[in-house]
Amino acid sequence: MSDIARGAERSAPRGHGDQGRRLAGLVFNVRVLRVAGQVAAIALLVGLAVYLGDNYQANTRSRTGYTGWQFLDQPTGFDIDTANFRAAQPVRDALWVGVRNTAISAAAGIVVATVLGVLVGVLRLSTSWLARKTATLYVEVVRNVPVLLIILFTSAGLATLPRITEARDLGGLAVISNREISMLSPVAGDGLGTYVVVLVAALVAARLLWVRRTRVSDVTGEPHHRVLWAGGLVAVVAVGAYLVLDGPVTVSRPQLSGSGVAGGISMSIPYVALTGALGIYHGSHIAEIVRGSIQAVPHGQTEAATAIGLSSFARLRYVILPQAFRIAVPPTINQFLSLTKNTSLGIAVAYSDVSALGFRLIGSRAPALQTVLILMAVYLMFSLTTSVALNLFNRRLQLVER
Amino acid sequence: MTDGPPPLVDEAQAPRVPTTLEPGPLPTPEPTGPPEARLTARQWVRQNLFATPFGSVLTIIMGLGLGYVLYRLAWFALVSSDWEIVRRNLRRFMVGGEYPEDQVWRLWAGLYVVGGLAGLLSGATVAHAEQQARASGREVVRPGRWDWIRRYWPALVVIAVILSQTRTWTPTLLTLLGAMVFASARWLGRRAPWLARFTWLALLVGAVASVQVVAGFGGVSWSDWGGLHLTLFVTVAGIALSFPFGVMVALGRRSSLPALRWVTVAYIEVIRGVPLVTLLFLGIYVIPLFFPNTVEPPSNLTRALIAVTLFEAAYVAETVRGGLQAIPRGQREAAEALGLSRWKVTRLIVLPQALRAVIPAMVGQFISLFKDTSLLQIIGFVELLEVARITVSQPAFLGQRLHTVTFAFVALVYWAGSYTMSRESRRLESRLGLGERR
Repeated sequence: MSDIARGAERSAPRGHGDQGRRLAGLVFNVRVLRVAGQVAAIALLVGLAVYLGDNYQANTRSRTGYTGWQFLDQPTGFDIDTANFRAAQPVRDALWVGVRNTAISAAAGIVVATVLGVLVGVLRLSTSWLARKTATLYVEVVRNVPVLLIILFTSAGLATLPRITEARDLGGLAVISNREISMLSPVAGDGLGTYVVVLVAALVAARLLWVRRTRVSDVTGEPHHRVLWAGGLVAVVAVGAYLVLDGPVTVSRPQLSGSGVAGGISMSIPYVALTGALGIYHGSHIAEIVRGSIQAVPHGQTEAATAIGLSSFARLRYVILPQAFRIAVPPTINQFLSLTKNTSLGIAVAYSDVSALGFRLIGSRAPALQTVLILMAVYLMFSLTTSVALNLFNRRLQLVER
Repeated sequence: MTDGPPPLVDEAQAPRVPTTLEPGPLPTPEPTGPPEARLTARQWVRQNLFATPFGSVLTIIMGLGLGYVLYRLAWFALVSSDWEIVRRNLRRFMVGGEYPEDQVWRLWAGLYVVGGLAGLLSGATVAHAEQQARASGREVVRPGRWDWIRRYWPALVVIAVILSQTRTWTPTLLTLLGAMVFASARWLGRRAPWLARFTWLALLVGAVASVQVVAGFGGVSWSDWGGLHLTLFVTVAGIALSFPFGVMVALGRRSSLPALRWVTVAYIEVIRGVPLVTLLFLGIYVIPLFFPNTVEPPSNLTRALIAVTLFEAAYVAETVRGGLQAIPRGQREAAEALGLSRWKVTRLIVLPQALRAVIPAMVGQFISLFKDTSLLQIIGFVELLEVARITVSQPAFLGQRLHTVTFAFVALVYWAGSYTMSRESRRLESRLGLGERR
């Protein structure tokens, strides 16, 4: 900084009187230079954007006929089979279908990845050498292979399932074919609303009972048995109300009917391939996080817990896991975010997520820049909401330090 | 100091002992590990397989499961699967379908340029490090003679697998020649430690030269590249382009100029919030529309590289920022006190330390880019994964469900590449003493 200032003084023209010197001082003043430089840089950026935008407008007008955002109200021009979507519906609706599909596959993928990751992560710390090695094998193989390869591999594997006309029925629990997998699903009966209200009431009562048992135990020292009490209450009410209301929830079994499956809840094969593969891939990353964060809890904690006489379960439940959980949350959030972004690979297995639909829209003459900007906005929205929500959760978890 | 046991004597009466000046270095006890346990086979099995009831159940379940999977895998690899599809398409896997056969020698030549340069540089780097160690009186630790086999075994296995699929001996001999080029260049490099100073320049020259050998002088233009060659090219070019850009963005992120900071923050956050696929769409479909009618837009691969670079640079920037933040303030202040200019402080003091600290993380980034190049198949490039996908629909192999074979082959290549790199990054991490807990 001072270098430049000194330089400025030296380079100020001599013999031009006070005015010249003041002008030079102004021109070479560091603060003025900094502001001017930034303004110039921003102006340059804006200028570039305007220039590119102009070119873009001219090019798209000659290609598609419209330039702004009107295309959102135009008919889409293609059907989406899995969503009952007709070609005449506007582009706007097609994008909504895509957003919904992205959200669904991300949510399902997160569940699969978390379950798998926790399971494998714990296995990596098991006392059994063989279990540890198996888990390591899984992690080291899956982590080092492109996720797209896993998706395509899963998809190719699922394609070997029997055709829909020869679909395999797994004892009424599921019907499997290479078009869709249908599973047993609950269906709302008549008294569902009442049943839900009763259940919520039971849960509130159970919570109160839990608190009360804890307090009694704290005061008198007798065992609280709060899980038994609260769980029992909920179970009794749930079963009783179910019988009284005469089956508010029924079960729908998938059944083969002609060239399709009726009943149950059906998942298309691209969806299964995508969520399954994302679950497998990100599960391996989450397994590493789980293992790493359990190992990151200092060994002294385990020793201290043993020293005060905690059982191995209590040690895990009250000492190790709470601390490990705290370490694990931020990197797990990152995994969830990256899984959400990776749902965009659904395009490779013809899953109609928002990217795949964007791709098809660009193919059917939607303006490219606008479509891509919408895609980016959608993913940013997903990323930002997930990270805000999970960061709030994370902040609650963090230790308050002195 | 405050955590120690309470003083036994009243502080006022106790003789004053200077606590800040130690009379000399305290004798540090030799670090001794726990005594090595020698177990009999029986004890080992008890301790490692059947330590607890639950563990025993796990061992049995896992043993059965793993045994079955390994049996099926071995059966698949050795008996049931027909590797004819790989054998017949091996060139396609390596260089793609468009690459003319009579130009393959250029790739070998390019490989030798890269191999020779890598040998020269690695030899020079090692020799330079030894020189430095000797100059500062440290012990020179030389790796064992056959250490490289242990370090690079995944990559070596894959090279062997690939060569086992060739039908003539020529590729094997050419590969051996490449190994010899590398070895002799390394021998030369060890005698020229001064070369280590020009690493960056040499890498730049080598990159340009190896591309020129293939594409220049009437060679094959890169729109015809494919297969493993394209995958590796995009990986290396992507990292080479995104690294300097990412470092600049990271410096901008930490700049005191608000406009610069806002622009870089916005850039980093937006890019990291969107998937690579959207950026590839941007590169392929939108970039040409930014050019006026009179100008020919850049080729598809150039556009894809722009997208990959934009994407990767944001991640590089975040990694480098982590390194920059880890440098103690005192370093910068001390350098400023010596009278170095701002730019010199950054270039000579802060950046070298920061970059050194993030080397393992950068390798991780490199690995993920290597894997992410498979996404190029979505926008129509015939890279390694796409070759695996399309060869199964060749007339000779149609309807035989050979996906498993081609995907397994490709997966092996990807796995070897990234697993070798991740092992190296872990090794670097422990050698640099980074990320150590406890």
